[in-house]
Amino acid sequence: MISAWLAQHWHVFVFTLKRLVSTPLTSLLSIIVIGIAFSLPAGIYILIDNLQSISGQTVSSPQISLFLKLDANQNDIEQIRQRLEENPQIRQFQFISKNAALHQLQKNSGSVDITSGLTHNPLPDAFIIDTNNSAPETLGQLQATIEDWPEIEHIQYDATWAERLSAILRLGHRLVLMLSVLLSTAIIAVMFNTIRLQILTKREEIEVSKLIGATNSFIQRPFLYFGALQGLFGGITALCIIALAIHATNNELMELAQLYTLNLHIRHLSINDNLSLLLFATWLGWLGARISVANHLWKIESK
Amino acid sequence: MINFKNVSKRFPDGHNVLDSIDLTIEAGEMVFITGHSGAGKSTLLRLIGAIERPTSGNISICGQNIAQLKPSALPLLRRKIGFIFQDHKLLFDRSAFDNVLLPLQISGFDHKLVAGRIRAALDKVGLLKKEKAFPITLSGGERQRLCIARAIVHRPTILIADEPTGNLDTAYAKDIMDMFNSFHQVGVTILIATHDASLLEKTKQRILQLNQGQLAA
Ligand SMILES: Nc1ncnc2c1ncn2[C@@H]1O[C@H](COP(=O)(O)OP(=O)(O)OP(=O)(O)O)[C@@H](O)[C@H]1O
Ligand SMILES: [Mg+2]
Repeated sequence: MISAWLAQHWHVFVFTLKRLVSTPLTSLLSIIVIGIAFSLPAGIYILIDNLQSISGQTVSSPQISLFLKLDANQNDIEQIRQRLEENPQIRQFQFISKNAALHQLQKNSGSVDITSGLTHNPLPDAFIIDTNNSAPETLGQLQATIEDWPEIEHIQYDATWAERLSAILRLGHRLVLMLSVLLSTAIIAVMFNTIRLQILTKREEIEVSKLIGATNSFIQRPFLYFGALQGLFGGITALCIIALAIHATNNELMELAQLYTLNLHIRHLSINDNLSLLLFATWLGWLGARISVANHLWKIESK
Repeated sequence: MINFKNVSKRFPDGHNVLDSIDLTIEAGEMVFITGHSGAGKSTLLRLIGAIERPTSGNISICGQNIAQLKPSALPLLRRKIGFIFQDHKLLFDRSAFDNVLLPLQISGFDHKLVAGRIRAALDKVGLLKKEKAFPITLSGGERQRLCIARAIVHRPTILIADEPTGNLDTAYAKDIMDMFNSFHQVGVTILIATHDASLLEKTKQRILQLNQGQLAA
């Protein structure tokens, strides 16, 4: 029973392969279309993945500057120092008193003494903090915590690099998602039409088969296999396109990375990514065929 | 086996082709249906084959009411029937062998295991040597015989033949009738629509006359 069922599916599979091969140009063209449609989002995904690994290298740990209110006294300073010591997200910190800051300013400004006219020190006491984690979310969170402490005037951190990169990466992720949705829809549309044409040319066969007792699933099966197989081959084509693209741009990317003194190893799609892509492509092809079959088969009623 | 109660069939554009027909055919019976061209013989057979639905009335086949049949049960019912179509309905993109293979594929047989059955069916209608031929290269009579082979290969319990000898010379017509008789002997229910007077003269079986939408024995 099971072996008969398997044999039947195997038969349809071989039959479908033959049908793909029997119209090589048409099959090849739709497979290439599917392949290109998949390689675009997948390629951008790889780019983003690699950028992400760079972002980890560059911004080791951004500094946060903490300026106290001008009227903060020694007691306030000690309290803040204690809180900073207790916070696990902070790796180390350094206290710069207002006098030290003024002294530094006097030294830096050189011959022109811009501080000479001052009757009192306008600079605040400050802490310079190094964090354990450079993720913008963590920094933002830390900022929110510290802001609530008493005697804090202003917090400033320079994670612009990391923030910009991560904003770009977020945009990139969005882009991949959008492209995937759009191109998946396109693939379904292509498959819908391919199967529609096939159903038209197989009209006789479908009619006669229904008349002598074929179930709907029997009639659908070759079309669904056709869609799934084209999707699968399209996915394989996409992987080839990506591999070729990486190979072609590898040297240029390496040179670029050296200019920025980055240590770049291009990361390819993982085996899991590859398998997911193939599975997804197969499923999409199947889905397009499924929708087409559902729309067109019932119109062919037995005559 | 086959039961018509007050069955009428009207096509959208016209009069009642069949008008309030009552008919019972027992299992294992062999029945001829005759009548002038356009009398509705094919329509009657198509109703029995669950290919067409009646406009009104009840049809039951093998104890199943056609009108209440689930869509999923219809294919199973049709597999019990061998239908010899008046217009053959052969598939021209495949060989004679593959045409006869189709009903077996539909019933889920592994195509490697049934080659013997297919050749036996082809042999019965004298087409064994033509198994690789495509229908387009066959004569009218050969196509008709191929259609018969396809209708009998899955050993149906009901055999419906619409003008099975229409294109055949008397020798082949006799062979085919002999074959039907042998099916009748093993208990197959057989319905044959024909206006071949010579067939009707020779038979001792029930003959139904269709006229103006009515049946007369
Ligand atoms: N699908 C259809 N749509 C409209 N009218 C139809 C349809 N099928 C059959 N008819 C009409 O029903 C009538 C009976 O047709 P049917 O084919 O049953 O006749 P028949 O007795 O088999 O004739 P023949 O001996 O020529 O085969 C005819 O007048 C035909 O025009
Ligand atoms: Mg007819």
